[in-house]
Amino acid sequence: MTEPSGGAPPKIQRDWAALLRVAEIDTRMLAMVVVLVVVWLGLNLLTDGIFMTARNLYNLAVQSSVVGIMATGMVLVIVARHIDLSVGSVMGFTGMVIAWLQVDVFTLGAAWNWPTTILLGLALGAAIGAFQGYWVAYRAIPAFVVTLGGLLMFRGGAFLVTDGRTVAPMDPTYQLLGGGINGSIGATWSWVFGLAAIALVAFMAWRNRSSRLRHGFPTKPVWVELLLFAVWAVLIVGFVLVMNAYTKPRSDIPRGIPVPVLILIAVVVGMSLISRITRFGRYVFAMGGNPRAAELSGIDVKKTTLLIFVIMGILCGIAAVITTARLNAGANSMGMLAELSVIAAAVIGGTSLAGGVGSIAGAILGAVIMQSLENGMVLMGVSSAMRQVIIGLVLIIAVWFDSMYKKNRR
Amino acid sequence: MTEAPLVEIRNIHKRFGGVHAVKDVSIDLHPGEVVGVLGHNGAGKSVLMSMLSGALPADSGEILVRGERARIDNPRDARRYGIETIYQTLALADNLNAPANLFLGRELRTRWGTLDDDSMEAEARKVFHRLNPNFTNINDPVINMSGGQRQVVAIGRAIYFNACILIMDEPTAALGPSETAMVADLTKQLRAEGIGIFLISHDMHDVFDLCDRVMVMKNGESVGIHPIAEVTKDDVLSLIILGQLPEGWTPRNGG
Repeated sequence: MTEPSGGAPPKIQRDWAALLRVAEIDTRMLAMVVVLVVVWLGLNLLTDGIFMTARNLYNLAVQSSVVGIMATGMVLVIVARHIDLSVGSVMGFTGMVIAWLQVDVFTLGAAWNWPTTILLGLALGAAIGAFQGYWVAYRAIPAFVVTLGGLLMFRGGAFLVTDGRTVAPMDPTYQLLGGGINGSIGATWSWVFGLAAIALVAFMAWRNRSSRLRHGFPTKPVWVELLLFAVWAVLIVGFVLVMNAYTKPRSDIPRGIPVPVLILIAVVVGMSLISRITRFGRYVFAMGGNPRAAELSGIDVKKTTLLIFVIMGILCGIAAVITTARLNAGANSMGMLAELSVIAAAVIGGTSLAGGVGSIAGAILGAVIMQSLENGMVLMGVSSAMRQVIIGLVLIIAVWFDSMYKKNRR
Repeated sequence: MTEAPLVEIRNIHKRFGGVHAVKDVSIDLHPGEVVGVLGHNGAGKSVLMSMLSGALPADSGEILVRGERARIDNPRDARRYGIETIYQTLALADNLNAPANLFLGRELRTRWGTLDDDSMEAEARKVFHRLNPNFTNINDPVINMSGGQRQVVAIGRAIYFNACILIMDEPTAALGPSETAMVADLTKQLRAEGIGIFLISHDMHDVFDLCDRVMVMKNGESVGIHPIAEVTKDDVLSLIILGQLPEGWTPRNGG
């Protein structure tokens, strides 16, 4: 928000503030988009234009999807004033179980094999989430302690599944889920997907507007609606163009949108809907804002808490599927330290550790910003030790920025 | 009184470890009646009301609603009996907007089971307009609202769902003069509609202005229940401080 200063603010500044207000754009979200653009332009300059090639952006999208998927669940966990330190270990453990079942237990190559192992993996994730959620919700053990225990237990479990042996190779069809050479949907389907997404954006905007009109609420001016729609359309078309510009090795065949990114998009849409239009989502935010008020309002706080951890567990299962498919193997070190990236993505994306505040879209932006820094520094040849130093600093600065932002709004 | 009481609390007890917070208290409440609950801090007023609102379970004793034994284990049960509470702390989720708080735990939903935010906003505008016509920024998070606006949200939440029994725990403690007057008017209006109200207050002026009867508590016990017409402010203060009426007391209206 603009500071009240002596005299009228310059006209341009006033117009911008007015535009943001009528368009109902969250200034914090906008700030994050600006940060992302600055990071991208900076890295592009520092890498002599390698960062913004189609190839690198494609890889960046695939790399962001695993952390992004888990970060959407972490948003709910942190909003409800909990924390989950076990997500990396849970992902490693479920991934090992999936790989072990697929390769060692079931008949490799059978058509039913990989779908069954995926379902079992997701069910295992849900069960682990229910286990941890039970201790947090019904036995009132702080989530920090329960999931710290989980961090150790499931990392150990990941080793025990095969006594530390790496399991490979995975089913060829299953590998497509990892976004490898054939793990994308091609140019035509990418366009179909993109156009369908644009149609959906238009439909949602129209439905929202007609509902507000029906209730006689104020609506955004038509030109603002059109402008917002145009921004979305350009972003979607741009994304499809970039994904199609990266071709398969030694050919001109466009890859199109990678499957893991499609899974991420599905998760983001699903989780956004859960957090915004269901009672459960409303209760999660209410619990984060004032746990006592939530209880006095008749909300079943315990059940809601349990459910949050179950969802987190399922998302770890989905991340495990993508990781094992991408590695074409199950290794017990999968997801090591991933909890830190996931929590950092949520926090950089504006989720408040004090609870009650956070958004799914923000967490995805956070995941992409983190992954962009990581990816860009790799391209620049920064050592892994130095990368850790920088990412750690970025996390601290992001939280500082967040607290400054909040102070200025008061 | 001839009609059946809305609520009858009989011989209720509550202990916290060694502390006997509410000792053998009985009180009833009739339709269209305001009963003031008075006492020092820690006298047991809020604990007594918490047992009626479902925030705390009672150790023993019983609660009857419209003559029938009621089982109130949690706030949901209390709401089912038409018991609504305005908490002293307001019990608002600060990060949510006013309509979300108004409907918290009782959201309106579309036919697909999703939240119907537009309908909730429309209903909320009606309720809040009735309480305060100047209250329009209802879509801000309530943390950004003034004390009076927050109070309107808390009161709106209690009256929107057709409460029969209303518990008001120091509803004017955080309010300015005009807002206090608004709450007083509202209390009278609700009483005229036949709602029974328990009013916890420290403000003698409010108590004598609004209440039909007062109950005074001291150290967890009820030390006197009197029609307001029979007592003076000094009598009530004596009950609060000493736990008994002044020596040689006679009802002030001679009845």
